[in-house]
Amino acid sequence: MLNLETAQSPHKLRRVAIEPVSRVEGHGKVTILLDEENRVHQVRLHIVEFRGFEVFIEGRPFWEVPVTVQRLCGICPVSHHIAAGKAMDIVAGYGPLTPTAEKLRRLLHYGQLVQSHALHFFHLASPDLLFGFDSEVSKRNIVGVAAAFPDLAKRGVMTRKWGQEVIRHIVGKRIHGTGVIPGGMNKPLHVDERDTLRRDVDEIVGWARESVDLVASLYETNPDFYKRFGEARSNMMGLVNTAGETDYYHGGLRAQDADGAPIFDHVDYTTYQDVFQEETKPWSYMKFPHIKALGAENGSYRVGPLARVQVADRLSTPLAEDQRRKFVAVGQGKPLHGALMFHWARMIEMLNAAEMARDLLNDSDIVGTDLMADKGPRRGEGVGVIEAPRGTLFHHYKVSDDDLVTYCNLIVSTTNNNQAMNESIRAVAARFLTGREVTEGLLNHIEVAIRAYDPCLSCATHALGQMPLEVDILDADGALVSRGRKGD
Amino acid sequence: MRLVVLGWGNDSRGDDALGPALLDRIAAAWPDLPMVDDYQLQIEHALDLVEADCALFLDAGKDTPAPFAFSRLAPKRDATHSTHALSPEAVLDVYLQVRGEAPPPAFALCVRGESFELGEGLSRDGVARLEIAWDFVKTLMAEQSVEAWDRLARQSAPLVRVPA
Repeated sequence: MLNLETAQSPHKLRRVAIEPVSRVEGHGKVTILLDEENRVHQVRLHIVEFRGFEVFIEGRPFWEVPVTVQRLCGICPVSHHIAAGKAMDIVAGYGPLTPTAEKLRRLLHYGQLVQSHALHFFHLASPDLLFGFDSEVSKRNIVGVAAAFPDLAKRGVMTRKWGQEVIRHIVGKRIHGTGVIPGGMNKPLHVDERDTLRRDVDEIVGWARESVDLVASLYETNPDFYKRFGEARSNMMGLVNTAGETDYYHGGLRAQDADGAPIFDHVDYTTYQDVFQEETKPWSYMKFPHIKALGAENGSYRVGPLARVQVADRLSTPLAEDQRRKFVAVGQGKPLHGALMFHWARMIEMLNAAEMARDLLNDSDIVGTDLMADKGPRRGEGVGVIEAPRGTLFHHYKVSDDDLVTYCNLIVSTTNNNQAMNESIRAVAARFLTGREVTEGLLNHIEVAIRAYDPCLSCATHALGQMPLEVDILDADGALVSRGRKGD
Repeated sequence: MRLVVLGWGNDSRGDDALGPALLDRIAAAWPDLPMVDDYQLQIEHALDLVEADCALFLDAGKDTPAPFAFSRLAPKRDATHSTHALSPEAVLDVYLQVRGEAPPPAFALCVRGESFELGEGLSRDGVARLEIAWDFVKTLMAEQSVEAWDRLARQSAPLVRVPA
């Protein structure tokens, strides 16, 4: 791990701040300290923590929480909806879900994964990958790759749209849906809705498969660059089922170290507070979780696609598993830690989710009407965990006898990835900024690493009028030397 | 003129609800108009513009002209670090990429907000500006043509993007 978290003599250094818009509730900023020779001494990614979320939830009746939490994030409301629903299944005293209810929740989740991964790749990542890097040789090769995929934008939009339609049919509408309720689901999927989704699913699987091919082709244009860009060795974690397959909806927690050796396996996630510690640092509002047994220095971990496809023994569907094997083979027996490898892993997961959705749409249980589990005594506490598109998402609630939430703790994927993101941008800064004049192109390399994680910097809100990116360069005394703006 | 109206925002976040609030009023007054509401604009909203002659985007603004700005939009790709939101200009750019043709004429009605905290309702200023914007919407609806809206856009304060 690079030791660029804290400079020895920060007062003597020049400060560069990359400030992607001060939004209302959450915003991020990167600060870099450089000396007079432009050597990098300190790099930090500051992200506002989502503490306001817990206050927003506490005091509300527990049964409304799965709906209310969708307002926390405008980009993955379904993830919060499902995680809260799982926690409230326990609180409400329900036993195992009916087969139809669990399959509907899974289909909902896979629709969310498909649409989220499609959005990320086609809108955010592919411009970087196709046009973002400055090697002339790579550019020539990439032009050829892009020409082989002329319908990239259209495919991205249509894939995203299909995932949204899965969500709409299962929860009733595109936003503010109420599909998941404690103990099950509140509406069945009708046969005509199932048929509508099934009509296009083979095409979605085909596009997802071609998308994996696209990223693999891009990787081949410059393998060393892809493997090393933003490379930060870290522990990795994800949910797996009893067969060792990635399970995005439910499973045990598995963690491996940076060399792939096991740290723990099949840990019951309801015990997460025994396993993890959330550390604070004076320079960031966002906490830094780590594995307690390894301590703060060595216990941080990465979650999300790059972690999931590598901690799992296999993926549950044939096309995705075939692609996963090709992916891990690149590491020649060692885990991959480069930030750009996230994109390849993400497309493999999109294929996995599309295949699983297809299987569910061909399963007669999916149009069943037995939606509610058997109910037992009410409980005072519940934990729900899923693998959201960006990584492991924890929801933990305590509920009083009068049914009101008295305690809420959310650990979102961005928090789980806090240290890993910091290390990735430090790796980029050390490699690309050191000793060079700071240009917008070089600073964009930092953004490329951030984009690989797609952190929740401005969850659930937006406003016109903000400026997407500002870069301030200050001298050692803190005086403004220059200001650059991007996106005006 | 086949008009589609898109309003977006989170109605649990103070003045972020200005876009949806305007959309609700339009939906009540002109129930046959195609409406799209969402938390945020995303790439698939480009498909909502297909077959429209004109699009009207409704949103709250931060540090934008008060009480509102009304402007003609042109396609433009966002320089962004996150998938968490698109600008209306970026949606038009997606349309251009996906359809291979220019998007329909599009306008933004951006009502300035003041406070966007989770769990808050509209601010006092937000409530007042909503009423002023609603009167303006009625003017727009009374004269539904791109030429007329262009004229009104030229008379409006420009939607200048300034640092928050």
